[in-house]
Amino acid sequence: MIELNYILIVSAIMMFAGIFGFLTRRSTLAILLSIELMLNSADINFAVFNRMLYGQSGNTEGFFFTLFSIAITAAESAIAIAIMVNIYRLIKDTSVDKLTKMKW
Amino acid sequence: METQFLYTILILALPFCSFLFLGLFGHKLSHKVAGLIGTTSLGLVFLLSLYTAFEYFFGIGRNVQGIYQALVPYNTTWLPLGNLHFDMGILLDPIAVMMLIVISTVSFMVHIYSFGYMHGERGFQRYYAFLSLFTMSMLGLVVATNIFQMYLFWELVGVSSYLLIGFFYTEKPAIAASKKAFIVTRFADLFFLIGILIYGYYAQTFSFSFVETGSVREFASAAFMLPTALFLMFIGGAGKSAMFPLHIWLPDAMEGPTPVSALIHAATMVVAGVYQVARMFPLWIAYAPDTLHIVAWVGAFTAFYAAAVACAQSDIKRVLAFSTISQIAFMMVALGVCMPLPNGASPELIDHEFGIGYMASMFHLFTHAMFKATLFLCAGCLIHAVHSNEMSAMGGMRKYMPITHWTFLIACLAISGIPPFSGFFSKDEILEASFAYSPVMGWVMTGIAAMTAFYMFRLYYGIFWGTENKEHHAECHPHESPLAMTFPLLFLTAITLVAGFIPFGKIISADGLAYDFLAHFNWALGAKSCFIALISIGLATWIYKGEKQPIADKMQNAAPHLHRWAFKRFYLDEVYQFITHRIIFKYISATIAKFDRKYIDGFFNFLAWGTHELGFQIRGFQSGSIQKYAFIFFLGALALLLVMIL
Repeated sequence: MIELNYILIVSAIMMFAGIFGFLTRRSTLAILLSIELMLNSADINFAVFNRMLYGQSGNTEGFFFTLFSIAITAAESAIAIAIMVNIYRLIKDTSVDKLTKMKW
Repeated sequence: METQFLYTILILALPFCSFLFLGLFGHKLSHKVAGLIGTTSLGLVFLLSLYTAFEYFFGIGRNVQGIYQALVPYNTTWLPLGNLHFDMGILLDPIAVMMLIVISTVSFMVHIYSFGYMHGERGFQRYYAFLSLFTMSMLGLVVATNIFQMYLFWELVGVSSYLLIGFFYTEKPAIAASKKAFIVTRFADLFFLIGILIYGYYAQTFSFSFVETGSVREFASAAFMLPTALFLMFIGGAGKSAMFPLHIWLPDAMEGPTPVSALIHAATMVVAGVYQVARMFPLWIAYAPDTLHIVAWVGAFTAFYAAAVACAQSDIKRVLAFSTISQIAFMMVALGVCMPLPNGASPELIDHEFGIGYMASMFHLFTHAMFKATLFLCAGCLIHAVHSNEMSAMGGMRKYMPITHWTFLIACLAISGIPPFSGFFSKDEILEASFAYSPVMGWVMTGIAAMTAFYMFRLYYGIFWGTENKEHHAECHPHESPLAMTFPLLFLTAITLVAGFIPFGKIISADGLAYDFLAHFNWALGAKSCFIALISIGLATWIYKGEKQPIADKMQNAAPHLHRWAFKRFYLDEVYQFITHRIIFKYISATIAKFDRKYIDGFFNFLAWGTHELGFQIRGFQSGSIQKYAFIFFLGALALLLVMIL
């Protein structure tokens, strides 16, 4: 049985890696990946806490919420990538620095 | 009885509707249609006014006391203010009904006349819209039920006058004249407003129903304030009626189209001041008889001054303008020379003899409106024919324009006071009232009447006889005007011919009782004034009729300064120019402007500058880079977390 703390440390590392990536990377693709990382760390927390706290009572809401979240994440990624493709067509680049069309 | 006159609302509503319609949709209409709409609505107003007068004087007639009652067919509270309230309504009494006739007649004739005069002019529809607006305001002024409604329409009249003087808004003199007219009258109206407020404060009403309310009696405790209020109102009236020294706008107002001069600056609007004094007359006579002396002497001086200036002008419209000032001053004098009953008789009753000036003033107002409108419309025909206002461009016009010639001659005879034309009767009443006041005033007014005859015939001979400007006439081929222009001339002249025989004293008198002035007519005085007028005319004939005018030149050379002073209107405009530009603008206005620019503007500029600087400093946050936002968001979340943990 793996201790709760270990899993939470992994999830925290993933979370902060995601935040760091989101704040520092210039490529939109990398930013999207960072967002995925953050979401996944949250999903892990859901699953872990469900198992650790309510494993005995047979509650499974945490697991289902994780599945639900994964589905939404997938949909969101699809949209984000579609937007990126369009942005690439528009400015021939995927860097957020170059995305200044909407800026005054 | 009062509801039967409810239709009088239409008298105001019709021109207002035509103003709105022409003002909003006029540019889509052709000239002809726009003119027809304006003229038709005015024609209806004219008929309605005649019908109202007929019903009022003959349908209802006198009440048991033998006076024409004041009727209020319509009155609504427009703006309640505690005890006081501003009303809007329609008041019919003899002078209001008389004014309805005057205004609608002259305005209707001017509408017809303008068809010819303004033919093909740019902004024709706008012109008719403004005429309708003016007529509506003037009619609203005369039927006002209270002094505040009168003031509102008074200002509306001023605005429409401004719009019409500046009708040719591409010409500099017209713009200057319209501004001058508006500012000068507006300045005077300031005093009018203060007077109204004082009056409202003490009387606790704005209504004209002085006697019924009884509240004027409370004025006895404020014996000083009522004359003050009335005098301030008189200053407002003096501005509108071009009394010295507020007359300076009227001669310049002649920059407007000539029919406008005829309608507004000769026949109707300029008598608003006289009308206002006449409206407040029961108060004047009962509570401020001493202040009436000021009215009389201001009027007399204005009459003299304007007559003197008119003798030296060369622009025909200027001569007529100064003659208008002079004649309106006659009406003011007539009101001013009224005296209360001696030995403290009841103030509500004013004796016939003592109130004759009131009747004379209204009578002269009526006749003057008709013959002065004729004169101006004639001047319009002449200007139309020779394209110039100057007498030097005319001369010998009688050959080219017979109708204009004859109507002008009749109007000149009327204004000079030759029987049987209307001016004789009304002017003679004024002279009689003046002699009753004091012999000095009587002789002064007689002298001015003689001057009137002189300058009018100087004008007449200068235009229709005298030296003909042959080159100019060969160039522009003067000819008689079209029917649209001659018909109003003939119509108004016809009124001038018969108006003297209207038993005016039976309609309007100071106490409302019938007064048969023909029975009281002072034939000796009439003969005297007629004789003096004839001498003046003879003098003018002797000096100005011939081709060469040696006497006129000699007179001019004998007193070149006097002539020059009179020609320059005794340099009053220059004095005003000096006072306004050199003193008021330079020292007072400039200081205020400096304060405004430096401190008021400075404060707001500082506010704007501060906001701008602050914005400049913090605008770095708004980088547009989503990652910076996210970073700050993240820091914020951390800070919150920290707060929660601690």
